[in-house]
Amino acid sequence: MTSGQIWLVIGLCALVTALIKGAGPVALGGRELPAWFNGVIQLMAPALLAALVCVSALADHDQWAIGADTAGVAAGGVVLWRGANVVVGVVVAAAVTAAIRAL
Amino acid sequence: MTEATATPRERFRAGFRAAVPYAIAGFVLSMSFGVLATDAGFSTLAAIVMSAIVFAGSAQFTALSVVAAGGSVGAAVLGAALMNSRFLPMGVALAPSLPGPAWKRGAQGQAVVDSSWAMALQGDGTFDRWFLFGGTGVQYLTWFSGTVVGTFAGGVEVEKLGLDAVYPTFFLALLLAELRSGRAKSAAALGAVIALALVPVAPAGIPILVASLAALIGLRWRDADGDAAEGDPR
Repeated sequence: MTSGQIWLVIGLCALVTALIKGAGPVALGGRELPAWFNGVIQLMAPALLAALVCVSALADHDQWAIGADTAGVAAGGVVLWRGANVVVGVVVAAAVTAAIRAL
Repeated sequence: MTEATATPRERFRAGFRAAVPYAIAGFVLSMSFGVLATDAGFSTLAAIVMSAIVFAGSAQFTALSVVAAGGSVGAAVLGAALMNSRFLPMGVALAPSLPGPAWKRGAQGQAVVDSSWAMALQGDGTFDRWFLFGGTGVQYLTWFSGTVVGTFAGGVEVEKLGLDAVYPTFFLALLLAELRSGRAKSAAALGAVIALALVPVAPAGIPILVASLAALIGLRWRDADGDAAEGDPR
């Protein structure tokens, strides 16, 4: 890709991101939404976050893939589960991943 | 801290403080973005400007992976857009909590990033917007500065240092904080299954967007202890 094309990617990504983030608040703001909607919202975060974690830890592009990073994320998950801070979890995940790759 | 007991300034500071651990982890993440972007042919300035004006980790990594693999401009932008499509339902959820005319609400909606959005959500389904702004503010600072450091730290081997495990772990920390009810756990499990099932057949980003349907399906469930969520339509 040329430098001009890279700048085009950056500009379009910024534009699209702003449109996506702004769409909901512009279209729906200041309005009372039905009560069941709040129930959906409470469940949206766990569903989206679990999907992000699994896709990033268990897949590469369009196929499932288990690697050193999967083990690292699992190790990070264990220390987080035991109450560790996100920084500690991230450091453990990176260290375990690096250690496995160094074997 | 609730809106009733704190001034906007206090809520902003509370959000800022609560997001510091995520901001530190984000610094490491954006540093690896800076390294990978310059490796993929981005100029130092381009990598830094991208973090400054896009400010969306998963979308930036998606676009970068397309560029690095020799893909087209359209594919890179589409990949980033699909990855960011989760901000659409998140923005819809946030909308009723934002005051002011449409353009102002749209501007405030730019403050949505995963961690601050999740932390600003209150028990009644509304969001504390000042908490959101504070949480996003501190993460913007470290996202930007991490990229600057990364672009000047050329030659760092991201995989060798295990830095590719930082991103999933970052979101895992957010997820664990969300798993308070049986319904939340079920929605998470279903979202994960939907996303993984779609990975081999759908373009990047779509599996995560479709996983948000788990929240709609989850409404029909009851918690293990028999309590339905407030406002359950049944």
